[in-house]
Amino acid sequence: MINDKDSQKIVDYIQNFARKQSLFVMAYGTGCGAIEIPATMTSRYDAERFGIRGAATPRQADVLLITGYLATKTLKRVIRVYEQMQEPKYVIGFGSCTINGGMYFDSYNTINALEQYIPVDVYINGCMPRPESVISGFVKLQELIQQGKADNGKKYRENLEWYRTNQKKIIKNWKMPDYNW
Amino acid sequence: MEDLGLKIFGAILTTILGFTVGMTYGGIVRKLTARVQNRYGPPFYQNFLDLLKLQVKKTNIAHGFMGHMAPVWIIIAAVTVLLFIPILNGNLWFPNMSFHGDLIFLLYMMVFGSLGMALGAGQSGNPNSAIGVSRGLSQMVGFEIPFVLSLVALMIQYETTSVQELTQIQHETGVWNAISNPFAFLAALFASLGMFRYSPFDIVGAPAELASGPVSEFGGKYLGTMMSGGAIFAFIKLTLYVHLFLGGAGNPDNTGIIATLLGLGVLLIKTFTLYMVPVFYGWINPRYRTEQAIQYFWRWPTALGIIGVIWAVYS
Ligand code: SF4
Repeated sequence: MINDKDSQKIVDYIQNFARKQSLFVMAYGTGCGAIEIPATMTSRYDAERFGIRGAATPRQADVLLITGYLATKTLKRVIRVYEQMQEPKYVIGFGSCTINGGMYFDSYNTINALEQYIPVDVYINGCMPRPESVISGFVKLQELIQQGKADNGKKYRENLEWYRTNQKKIIKNWKMPDYNW
Repeated sequence: MEDLGLKIFGAILTTILGFTVGMTYGGIVRKLTARVQNRYGPPFYQNFLDLLKLQVKKTNIAHGFMGHMAPVWIIIAAVTVLLFIPILNGNLWFPNMSFHGDLIFLLYMMVFGSLGMALGAGQSGNPNSAIGVSRGLSQMVGFEIPFVLSLVALMIQYETTSVQELTQIQHETGVWNAISNPFAFLAALFASLGMFRYSPFDIVGAPAELASGPVSEFGGKYLGTMMSGGAIFAFIKLTLYVHLFLGGAGNPDNTGIIATLLGLGVLLIKTFTLYMVPVFYGWINPRYRTEQAIQYFWRWPTALGIIGVIWAVYS
């Protein structure tokens, strides 16, 4: 009874419903896109009605928002934050800069594709994306969570070697603690 | 034997009631805050969804033994204190141990949860947690003084320390303690502002500044358990206030089902009204600094508390 398929489906449905309706967001204000976050959270667009809420520390967060270009120095901190988050964890790449480098594609100190370093669930394009598109990105993420497709923490753990190689290409002085996440 | 069964049943019922009411009040406050800020706001059951989500997180990290114990400690303290508080005056369904615990005991036990939080936060090694804990304890030193003064006033006035007797006296005379000793009530009301940690006294959590303070290293199940403990504690404080100052709820002479439901309704109305005081005060205030918060409590609220004690001695 406990282990048969249908009851597991019901449990999954309830769990995913709770996960999708309550997203604690760690807004990592890396680039200029961060300026759209306050607009999304406050009275005009009010992201809290979707259960989206700011989290103060990575331990409490579910979603990591990378808002724009990522300098090579910042990448190290982003990786630390990502590894401290507890599973299931999701990443939203925000703005063209996280997709292909955007207008900083040939800069010497930003990374071009965020996907190479941490797994990304949803990209929101635009330079910079308006609050409407941010919210539509969140809704897309909620759909993925409900279908059980957003499980990138696991993907990161399984392909850790590959991600580490990419990360170490950028971060030359790799002095990071090991997390038992 | 039957008596014991009824007691256990009552205890379980009380715990469920305290948890549900505390969480729902939190959700309603979130919704109301959103409306005040001209937002639509999350549904009132959002807190339950948050809790469920936190409980079904796949990984949970603890930083050593005390980090593991802190949430357990908080929830134990919450349930213990809850069982020593009379939910309905003299009711058969919510008998609890209310007769055995007195006000002095409650005063000690109510700090127990914060102590667990402090120890757990200390072990996480995060500097934000340490600052949060020291702020929380300083603030407690601030608001406990008017709070204790107001309780002392009541104890002197009626020469008893039992919560149940205090409620019973109000029930018999028909005069609320809030009216028979208004100064003590005001002092306690001011103390409640600090107790509930809404603005301007949210110096412990301070998300923008301290990264949520003591709980900054807790995630997943740990955070969820702490949340439930906090919700129960909110209900405890409100119920205690209602029983001490606002005439309590429930009719000891009639404990039928309808009377019980009626009593619960009265309790909910009174606690909710009381809860709105710190919340309203919070909406229109920014955050104090630690020393400002302590000074706030040590001025007018303490003076009112002392007047309350004098009033109790000479009335
Ligand atoms: S996508 Fe545009 S707005 Fe966003 S960080 Fe890059 S340059 Fe700035």
